[in-house]
Amino acid sequence: MAGAPRLFGPPGYRGAQRLSPHGEGIMEFGPILSSLRRNKVGAALIALQIAVTLAVLCNALFIIEQQTALSRAPSGVEDEASVFVITNRWVGDSGDLAARERTDLAALRALPQIVDATVSFDHPLGGPLLSMGITLQPDNPRSGTGAAVYTVDDHAIGTLGLKLIAGRNFRPDDIVVSHGFNDHYSSLSGVVVTQAVARALDPGGNVLGRTVSIFPGAMTAPIIGVVDRLQSSPFAGDSPFAARSMLLPLLWADSQIFYVARAKPGQLEVAMTAARNELYRISRRRIIVGMQPLSEVRLESYRGDRSVALIMGVVCAILLGVTAFGIVGLTSYWVSQRQRQIGIRRTLGATRGTILRYFQSENLLIAAAGSILGILLALGANLWILRSIALARLPWIYLLVGAIAVLVLGQLAVLWPALRASSVPPAIAARSA
Amino acid sequence: MLSYDIEIALRGFGRDKVMTALMVMAVALGIGASMTVLTVFHVLSGDPLPGKSQTLFYVQVDPEPVREYYPGVEPASRLTRFDADALYASGRASRQAIMYGGSVAVHSPNPKDIPFYANARYTSPDFFSMFETPFRYGQAWSAAAERDRENVMVIGKTLNDRLFGGRNSVGRTLQINDTVFRIVGVLDAWRPVPKFYDLYRGSNGQSSNYSETEDVFLPYSTAIGMGLKPNIVLCVGRRPSGMQETDLAAPCTWAQLWVQLNTPNEAQRYHAYLESYSDAQRAAGRFERPNNVRLRSLPQYLDFNNVVPRNVRLQLLFAFAFLFLCLVNTGALILAKFLLRSAEIGTRRALGASRRAIFAQHLVESATIGLVGGFFGLGLTVMGLWVVRQQPVQYADVVVLDWSMLALTFALAISSSTIAGLLPAWRVCRVTPAFGFKDR
Repeated sequence: MAGAPRLFGPPGYRGAQRLSPHGEGIMEFGPILSSLRRNKVGAALIALQIAVTLAVLCNALFIIEQQTALSRAPSGVEDEASVFVITNRWVGDSGDLAARERTDLAALRALPQIVDATVSFDHPLGGPLLSMGITLQPDNPRSGTGAAVYTVDDHAIGTLGLKLIAGRNFRPDDIVVSHGFNDHYSSLSGVVVTQAVARALDPGGNVLGRTVSIFPGAMTAPIIGVVDRLQSSPFAGDSPFAARSMLLPLLWADSQIFYVARAKPGQLEVAMTAARNELYRISRRRIIVGMQPLSEVRLESYRGDRSVALIMGVVCAILLGVTAFGIVGLTSYWVSQRQRQIGIRRTLGATRGTILRYFQSENLLIAAAGSILGILLALGANLWILRSIALARLPWIYLLVGAIAVLVLGQLAVLWPALRASSVPPAIAARSA
Repeated sequence: MLSYDIEIALRGFGRDKVMTALMVMAVALGIGASMTVLTVFHVLSGDPLPGKSQTLFYVQVDPEPVREYYPGVEPASRLTRFDADALYASGRASRQAIMYGGSVAVHSPNPKDIPFYANARYTSPDFFSMFETPFRYGQAWSAAAERDRENVMVIGKTLNDRLFGGRNSVGRTLQINDTVFRIVGVLDAWRPVPKFYDLYRGSNGQSSNYSETEDVFLPYSTAIGMGLKPNIVLCVGRRPSGMQETDLAAPCTWAQLWVQLNTPNEAQRYHAYLESYSDAQRAAGRFERPNNVRLRSLPQYLDFNNVVPRNVRLQLLFAFAFLFLCLVNTGALILAKFLLRSAEIGTRRALGASRRAIFAQHLVESATIGLVGGFFGLGLTVMGLWVVRQQPVQYADVVVLDWSMLALTFALAISSSTIAGLLPAWRVCRVTPAFGFKDR
């Protein structure tokens, strides 16, 4: 025995004197702890792996959740798959754009496949819209809230299928022409805001009929209607600004405009073809740059986020695999190193279950220590991300789920080597000791 | 002696095949992930004009109302036409490019094709020399053409390929909107990364900072004369109804000015000039705020605009956490592998091998794992970059592995596996010599 390798033990250490012969308890932490003390480096490395895995896992899952939550946020548009957007650009010297747009709109609305159509300088889901300030205090431009601006005519609420929960829609005589940003109105006959804006302006009260000022420009208008929901930006997620939008009664006459039309149910394809032909029939001094259903615009807007979520998911899976293999490798080594001790215990009457539980408990102990370190690491990493890249704070539920995941992973990874350990026959020990 | 160490190390590497394979796999995965993201980062954060970028400066003054001013506030990112024109006309820099971006309808010489929109840049002739644009045919328009608002243009390679099949189209004409332009120059492939001369970031972090360069370049003066609209406008004050945002008096910022200042001294003088210009404008009643000028060099401008996308920075963090994990993993496996042969090491120590030699041999063995892992990691990196190129991102086509990244792959693989092997190697070199051979 004198020349036997002392693998982790202090000089002079000879074997298994600390192993309890019967070990009937489920958790034999005494012997485990003393054995871990002798395998410090290996145990520390496993704990560190568990910790890093947990930290990466929590933050990655959180990012995946955030990215997918972003793409699930409702736009406020009813049945997006029936609404399509036509990007229209006028070519050359364009003449009276407002008159041309009115002609186009009348023709689109007259198409049998189309329910209604409107025009705006932007549309939902395409990207962040122009944001302006809206407040009940005309002298204080910085009060109130910022809100996305939709320039619309009296057909917008119908076309988009917005739910009017108070007040009224615009009437045709509310609408005035705006040549890009070149016209300036000091007042408008009305503005329609989302419920989120109404709440931001006056949390408890009723805003209907009250006059707001819109900045920059200090334009005034009474609030004539409140709609349930209309997204300000597809990328605002669940921030308080996500649903803050306002509709201004401006017929947008500019070099680039968006016609937004709602097709009759099931007739989207034909409606799109008919609309394109009709617009080119009216005038060829235009370029229809694009034509897309809103459902497709939505897919495109979030394509980048989806691919990030996918990559993060794959990284997480590989990560768990690597960690599991690491645990399998090191525990297997421990098992072969301790074959003799295991044999002695078996000879002294320990059951296979006892041996199995011993290795499972040992791993649980290491993984638990790793998880505690991992939770600290995860919070630290989240703080760093928060500061340098600006994401939200990591909710504690991710730490809990992540910790459970790595503990289960540890138990599963150790199962195979532990089973091998438990199948060591007592005879081996008897022979070689 | 060294070759003996290496031989021992290689023999060690060849033992315990499964465990060795696991280690190599862990190193390869960590290297593959981190080198993929690092390469993307390296490409995106590169210097678009190496050797010259320090001499190019982006000019900002502050025409906004005093109402929302506080010391240190960032001035508008672009200039009003009035300021841009005045600063350009002063000619204080050795070269200067005044510019704005927009889009124009291009009518194909084939009357059967329907017109299409192309991104355009309206600028002055120094743009091409300052930014070292490669010319395939012809050259930039002259200063005289710029002054006389001539209808001349430079087109990009893509447009020349599309309309003229890549042939020399200098001297040919193209109808842009309602005006006929004569082509004086055709660019060769030009893809600065990032597209540094016009950075812009939307509120959601989306940008066109890595998009391709424009297809159509027109003289700034001609574009103004035609009333061509800028693509990004921020109006900072009220303007009378009917005033266009491109009018000289419009309080709208959309024009940009780049200047080339070859020495720090010149830059200092130009900065002083911007201060005195602001003083003069305030005296004239145009500016309300205290002087608030910026003169950032190109590297400073890129840095300030945080060009590298958020997602890439995030991925970099994750990739390195992953690499670290793979190293801890490899370290644990190396430890197990080394300790399995404690008996043998004890014997070798007894036969006279020094601690130093044992340590060195095991470190070399760790490095070998890194070298082999690096080869597989390189394969994974190439695959990873292929995946990146399939993504819907603007920079998809420019993300390629260069020599420096290739070298870094192996340097990182070998150094990291050596670090992972330090602790295990130290642990085994302390195995006590076995002086008796009773039970082995």
